[in-house]
Amino acid sequence: MTHEELVKRITEEVVRQLLEKKGGQDSQLSAKHPPLPVENPAALEQMKRRTPARIGVGRAGPRLRTETLLKLRADHAQARDSVFRDVNEGLIKGLGLFTVKTLCQDRNEHLTRPDLGRRFSEETAREIKAKCTLNPQVQIYLSDGLSSQAIDANAADILPALTDGLQDLGIGVGTPFFVQYGRVGAMDAISELLNAEVTCVLIGERPGLATANSMSAYIAYRAKVGMPESNRTVVSNIHSGGIPAAEAGAHIAGLIKTILERKVSGVDLGA
Amino acid sequence: MAKDTILSVGIDIGTSTTSMVVSRMTVANTAGCFTVPHLDITEKQIVYRSPIYTTPQLSGELLDVKALQKILQTEYERANLTPDQVDTGAVIITGESSRKENAQLVTSTLSGIAGEFVVATAGPDLESVIAAKGAGAQQLSDKESCTVANFDIGGGTSNIAIFRCGELLAKGCWDIGGRLLRFDAAGAVTYVSERLLPVAQDVGVELILGRPVDGPALCRLTDRMAALLAEAVGLLPQTPLCEIIRTGTSSPLDLSAVEHLDKVTFSGGVAAAYYDPPADLFQYGDIGPALAKSLQQAQGFSRVQVEKAKETIRATVIGAGSYTTTISGSTIDFSDEGAFPMQNLPTVLPTARQEQAACEGDSGPLLELLAWTARESDAQKLVICLTHTQNPTYRQVGLLAESILSAHRKALPGQPVLVSTRADFAKVLGQAIKRRLKGENTQVICIDGVQIEPGDYLDLGRPIAGGTAIPVVVKTLLFG
Repeated sequence: MTHEELVKRITEEVVRQLLEKKGGQDSQLSAKHPPLPVENPAALEQMKRRTPARIGVGRAGPRLRTETLLKLRADHAQARDSVFRDVNEGLIKGLGLFTVKTLCQDRNEHLTRPDLGRRFSEETAREIKAKCTLNPQVQIYLSDGLSSQAIDANAADILPALTDGLQDLGIGVGTPFFVQYGRVGAMDAISELLNAEVTCVLIGERPGLATANSMSAYIAYRAKVGMPESNRTVVSNIHSGGIPAAEAGAHIAGLIKTILERKVSGVDLGA
Repeated sequence: MAKDTILSVGIDIGTSTTSMVVSRMTVANTAGCFTVPHLDITEKQIVYRSPIYTTPQLSGELLDVKALQKILQTEYERANLTPDQVDTGAVIITGESSRKENAQLVTSTLSGIAGEFVVATAGPDLESVIAAKGAGAQQLSDKESCTVANFDIGGGTSNIAIFRCGELLAKGCWDIGGRLLRFDAAGAVTYVSERLLPVAQDVGVELILGRPVDGPALCRLTDRMAALLAEAVGLLPQTPLCEIIRTGTSSPLDLSAVEHLDKVTFSGGVAAAYYDPPADLFQYGDIGPALAKSLQQAQGFSRVQVEKAKETIRATVIGAGSYTTTISGSTIDFSDEGAFPMQNLPTVLPTARQEQAACEGDSGPLLELLAWTARESDAQKLVICLTHTQNPTYRQVGLLAESILSAHRKALPGQPVLVSTRADFAKVLGQAIKRRLKGENTQVICIDGVQIEPGDYLDLGRPIAGGTAIPVVVKTLLFG
């Protein structure tokens, strides 16, 4: 059952029980809401189609309608889940990736100590260097960031599309891997460790209430710890309702080619 | 990404008048800095409007192509324009002029003068839509979130298009126009279109060449014509005559999706007389101003709000110049920039089942469709338009690429692989197809973001903004 269907069923059940309490008599009470008394319903429909935001949802007295409230709470719960839960291990294995952690020991530390999410221990650094091709033209890696669900939803489509796209362009790709408890800035440490010309992290975005599946790609030329944030090129909104993962992979391959040719990234690359 | 401008020419050759406009369209990235670019036309500026010419005709309703050629040459000179400066555009041959013999002549002679990217197109359905856009009806329905019908009433035909909230609901064409009946200075009839005869008969008016028609009879005739237009869009109950005088080659105006009409706009030559009535009803020697007067008094139209159109007599030509070109999606793929422009490409739209099979690696149903279409249409090149597949996985993209190639090799050997997808996956699909063609010298063009319906033809212009997107013209009818 999808969560829309679940919300609908719960709403119906709430209405049924309320009616039962009242002895089955209340003309005001119904799981089906009357249409909003608006002047131009077509205009409202048009606006609603153009945004996933909760507009024109009506109200029940001073509060949200049961269905709207449940949907809002379900979306919020999903957003929280995607932050707190881990990436599906089977997926990472299936993509043939190894996993390393930043200095964060657990999810709580990852959320409260962004500084630790950008660094690695000596031991982890050694492991990364040992398992990866050094001096790659392009180093790609995945990281959970603030939405593990974004990795689950997009990784299997974006990673091969990007890797194949780069290979078609004759660009050498290093060994991809997965970083748990990672922040965007960890890419700078990885770039230095492996001496990569371009580093690209595919990372989960902080979820909103519209989708918890959104991924971003941050790309930097010769990334260095302490470099300005403006050196990063970003492609955001990678999910089924934004730019689909496979298409994003194909697009980013072209973008990386431009970055390699121009030897700059971020603001210097121009819009 | 730099802004780019496209120079577009629109030429309208109608039953009674011919005109030309030149517009400059600005294409820019409308997406934010942190997302994938999205190129779109951000500005349309009309830089030149020609005067309105009487369409030069030889005897027997044939266009005088030599005279047309001269008009265009003069207008290009006045607009300070050479054919090679023109990036895109359309010649629309409309109304009674859009007969096949005419159209062929015009296509073969005008393309050299107008510029190689200016495409000839016609067809009452297309004309309805572009006239409504030129008249501003589509934009009005979008801006005010309402349902608007535009009536483009010219010399020979009335083109109707209905939009709700910016989206096309219905289109159609009727043989009702201001020059279906003409008089000389003394008021004697000099021309009667045979398409007017059923209407005349219906209201008991006799039209005889060389004889005048009295005022009340003429009123009955134009009142009936105005009522028929109201009937066409359901503002009055439909009489059988309404279907009889619908233009034969147009699609029947399907009102099933139209719940009600909020507003009406009039464009075309007759509309000019509607908004600004001339002192003398017969100054043009035709029934245009009389028809406009009947429209003002027509019962059917008193039920809706009539708005002033942005353009009247030039609605079609402005539509042709500014609203026929669209911009493809900005994540597309092609193997060779030198392949553009490509013109008059027929399209083929697989069914949902055929697409699904292709995404699962079964090329059989797609091959059947391609082979059949190639045989039936005698087409060399075909654009495969995928309209059903949404959000394919990377694995499905690979299988789809293989199915397309396998079917294409058998059905259209040696031809370029041309694909258009409705959803956003053209770049990844294009790359997947090219990867599987390693070593073969076959062109691949894969675009998305273009709305294509069955029977449409495509023109693909030169890539813009450093190869990020291409201008596309979707046409509904070809000649020859």
